[in-house]
Amino acid sequence: MARRIAVEDSHAVALAAKMANVDVIAAYPITPQTHIVEELSRMVSDGEFDAEYINVESEHSAISACIGASAVGARCFTATAGQGLALMHEILFIAAGNRFPIVMAIANRCLSPNINIWGDQSDVMSSRDCGWIQIFAENAQEIFDLILSAFKISEDDRVLLPVAVNFDGFYATHVVERMDLPEEEEVRRFLPPHRTARYKLDPDRPLTFGAIGFPAIQFELRRQWEEALCNSKQVVKEVWQEFGRIFGRHYDVLEPYRMEDAEIGFILMGGSSGTCRVAVDRLRERGFKAGMIKLRLFRPFPKEEILEAVSRLKTLITVDKHICLGGLGGPLFNDLRSLFYGFQRRINVAGFIAGVGGRDIKVEDFEHMFEKVVKGEVSPEKHVFIVRGES
Amino acid sequence: MLAALYDRKVESMIEVRWHGRGGQGAVTAAEILAHAAIREGKYAQAFPSFGPERRGAPVLAFNRFDDKPIWVRSDVYEPDVVAVLDPSLLAAVNVLGGLKPDGVVVINARETLSEIKAHLGFQGKTALINATDIALEVLKVPIVNTAMVGAFIKATGLVKLDSAVEAVIERFGGKTGERNAEAVKKAYEVTVLG
Amino acid sequence: MGEAKSEVEEKRERLEAPLRDGWRKLPHSLLIFEPATSLYYYTGDWRTFKPVRDRSKCIACLLCWVYCPEGCIYIASDGGIDVDLNYCKGCGICAKECPLGAITMVEEEK
Repeated sequence: MARRIAVEDSHAVALAAKMANVDVIAAYPITPQTHIVEELSRMVSDGEFDAEYINVESEHSAISACIGASAVGARCFTATAGQGLALMHEILFIAAGNRFPIVMAIANRCLSPNINIWGDQSDVMSSRDCGWIQIFAENAQEIFDLILSAFKISEDDRVLLPVAVNFDGFYATHVVERMDLPEEEEVRRFLPPHRTARYKLDPDRPLTFGAIGFPAIQFELRRQWEEALCNSKQVVKEVWQEFGRIFGRHYDVLEPYRMEDAEIGFILMGGSSGTCRVAVDRLRERGFKAGMIKLRLFRPFPKEEILEAVSRLKTLITVDKHICLGGLGGPLFNDLRSLFYGFQRRINVAGFIAGVGGRDIKVEDFEHMFEKVVKGEVSPEKHVFIVRGES
Repeated sequence: MLAALYDRKVESMIEVRWHGRGGQGAVTAAEILAHAAIREGKYAQAFPSFGPERRGAPVLAFNRFDDKPIWVRSDVYEPDVVAVLDPSLLAAVNVLGGLKPDGVVVINARETLSEIKAHLGFQGKTALINATDIALEVLKVPIVNTAMVGAFIKATGLVKLDSAVEAVIERFGGKTGERNAEAVKKAYEVTVLG
Repeated sequence: MGEAKSEVEEKRERLEAPLRDGWRKLPHSLLIFEPATSLYYYTGDWRTFKPVRDRSKCIACLLCWVYCPEGCIYIASDGGIDVDLNYCKGCGICAKECPLGAITMVEEEK
């Protein structure tokens, strides 16, 4: 039987890594991820579980140490945020391209300047093309469940790719809330305690990772990596289905809310989707046919599932917490408008940028976005910034 | 039905804003109450207003309580309850900002109930506790959060006193846990409602 | 009529075979399951100068063996050193480091 606990979301992350029985943790503390690594460090030094906690001098080293450990078959975990993720950038490619099954928690934080420790998605979105599986979680329960299942996804022989589980810096990391903590045995049934690595560095069976990729072969390697990442969607679904059978909590690549007869729907990722859900209820009470899609899997992008979820929608409102500076708005806006171009039925996309640099997104903000769309104030050519002053 | 909030039957989510100064334990007070509520099978959130923490600077913390899962994840702007750990904040911060018309103020002060109401410029439901003296007497340090938890429970009935005492003992452990539990109970006894 | 393939050519061909069959058949991320495959690739033909040892000066201190970046200096049957010219790139580090000036770099006629 699972145990109901009150837990800070950061500690839910640490509990997930502990119950996954990770062999190696290499991390460098950075706000708002700090509570995660403090708790893991405490757990390891108190002997709560047997792992090697490597205190590194930077995030570049943290992810590099994970690669080394993963190469010898260890189950590895790291966590970071904001600038820390940016410092990892080049190694993120190496981890994914060499197909190391590492799991990383990202407490999403705004990238400087100006000095800002608060949440948005500019860190992960600047790393979105690094070839990792990218998952977004909303609350303590989801964070715990999705991190646990991330190990199973990444270590699957059909995948062998690193997985990042994202959640809002502060609005997820620093919140104490309710969660069901599963029994050790249930977790063991779902995730065996040790990784059985098919490919690892072993003196008895020599193996070379990361050989040179001349122009004559590098393109093929990228093509292969892209295929592996796209195909991982099926494994993600399978693992979450198995998770549901064992733990009774069911996850899919996206979660529609009141979408059955919705005419205008939101799509977004992370903790604000809970706030949006409340806004959808309020809009429904006011007589609007509102709905919402919470996107859980961002990379690989679940194209088919999104097209199915919006099949009856007139307008989709994208809510991005990052600006593709100098480009066409937010990442979701870009991906979705591109997805819908050439779709058999016209669907409008209204792009909003909100919550940048830790700006709180209130229920009323979502209602305001919706009203702007209803009043026809959103041009399909221009995204809207929820800032002070004219958008 | 969530609980009695100062003689009002509450059926929807209750939101709370804590005002304190860095080091007084406002965040911990909110967390203890969330732990207590979740122990009872309720849903709750506790979180600080985020930022670089500085001892002595005005800080905020928030709570939400409900019988149903809580989805909203933003700050509290229209609280049902405001809890003030330090009366000196009244000069610096508008602690009543956004408080619902039938909302409750829980405040630590040495004044009488009528004096503090006049000071607040607030005629609504007020729970008064001299938490500083309780903290100094029981804990020997002016950290008033656990005494404020006792006053909060007396004023709102949102969680049971026993649940909070258990949460405090689990949180602090040992002698510190016992002494803080005593501060909760003592404050609960002497909080004045008016 | 082509010349018969040498042993290393055959090894190289076997090693590189999967690279010619398109991306689907590549071992993922180009894993190589065989050790020391660099031996199949002679780097000696990059060379312009080759090291020549003066046996009368050489005291077999083996500093050249330590410094050779290619690892192509080995201990000869007479206890001195010899160079595997299949791999020597002719960088000249051995000649530079030899404390007795026993190694000279001599232009090769190819």
